[in-house]
Amino acid sequence: MIPGSFDYVVAHSVPEAVALLEQHGDEAKILAGGHSLIPLLRFRFASPSVLVDINRIADLEYLREASGTLRIGALTREATLDTSPLITTRYPILRDTSIMVADPVVRNWATVGGNIAHADPANDHPATMLALDASVVATGPSGERVIPIEEFFTDSAFETTLKPNELLTEIRVPSPSERSGGAYFKLERKVGDYAIAGVAAYIALDGKGLVTYAGIGLTNVGPHPIKAHDAGNSLLGKPLDDTAIHQAADLAAAAAQPNSDDRGPAEYKRGMVRTLCVRALRKALERATGGK
Amino acid sequence: MSKQHIRVTINGTVYEDDIEPRTLLVHWIRDGLHLTGTHIGCDTTSCGACTVIVDGKATKSCTMLAVQADGREVMTVEGLEQGGKLHPIQEGFHEMHALQCGYCTPGMMLTSIAFLGRNPHPSEQEIRVAISGNLCRCTGYVNIVKAVQYAAEKMASSEQVPVGAGQGGE
Repeated sequence: MIPGSFDYVVAHSVPEAVALLEQHGDEAKILAGGHSLIPLLRFRFASPSVLVDINRIADLEYLREASGTLRIGALTREATLDTSPLITTRYPILRDTSIMVADPVVRNWATVGGNIAHADPANDHPATMLALDASVVATGPSGERVIPIEEFFTDSAFETTLKPNELLTEIRVPSPSERSGGAYFKLERKVGDYAIAGVAAYIALDGKGLVTYAGIGLTNVGPHPIKAHDAGNSLLGKPLDDTAIHQAADLAAAAAQPNSDDRGPAEYKRGMVRTLCVRALRKALERATGGK
Repeated sequence: MSKQHIRVTINGTVYEDDIEPRTLLVHWIRDGLHLTGTHIGCDTTSCGACTVIVDGKATKSCTMLAVQADGREVMTVEGLEQGGKLHPIQEGFHEMHALQCGYCTPGMMLTSIAFLGRNPHPSEQEIRVAISGNLCRCTGYVNIVKAVQYAAEKMASSEQVPVGAGQGGE
């Protein structure tokens, strides 16, 4: 399959990319890793008249941890998260997530920023970023603005609050406190498939083992990435015991809005959200209390 | 929509062309340059038959525009054999009977070479993960894994520097 015609421009810097977006408006699409966009072009589900290629902007690929924040350059490849010692040791939930994105060859080019900006409810990073209470940086003609991840997604699939002349340039994840941890569990039919269901959970505990933060995000069980607020809030102030975990998992399942399709009936998917939530919370607890 | 000029090094040879931006890398390699060892399987970024190595990274060439490869170095299956001598991965596929129909083989080999460049002494499980983006519908993967192990041993013992070493080591 061959995409429709378009013009192609390489942006060598963020200001250059923004200027091109200003110039072309809605007609332009950013080409990052391209592993969502190029398939859409091939199927002619998308037909932008201009592609702005940002792959040559080397200073959009980085992982930096400072002052309580991990900053991920939007062009950071998934393969980098797979193998980065910083991610493996300090942010294992991000590696849980990246290694479930498509397959290892795709991950050589696929980017973290693209996985989020594409706003596909089936993509894996949105749920994790919702669980982590991350934020993203949008860069436009008047500079940067920081958008909490929940305000980045809308109620519609493939839609974000980015303006046509803005580029997602950075993802910011709060650094882990001493007793915190998270995990991402995804059920898929085979390597490379989208999730039947996926659950990301992140928790923080106080010195007595009581939950001070709990974020739970859901993949591919609704029209948009879902944050299961009630599930997370139900854990606050409690020890993370089996009763609390199962109650939160029930609430996460209730927050899911799955459809029946080739990946299974809605009730099955809801059940899988419950099961994956239990597993993710148990793993999060293990990591928060010193395990890997 | 105007054509764009590109200059790409493929298997050590520089190719220049004027192409439409919508041309996929795999189409340019096959139809433009007649290097037909790179296959098209699924057209959905799933099967990996079109895998080539771009600047040291295994790459599904159906999911990259040819214009994106401008100035980059590409290796295809045609670049593996040198002076009549098979690359260790080719030898491995031959010795271990790692193919039946052969359709997935070029992609399998290029994925494996890029992988061995980063991980010269892999476990069986690491090999299985590394080739999980390349689908084979004949062999069940057992002999493909053996072929990669064969190549890893051969490359380690001959201290041959594999293609992709020192690049794409993210």
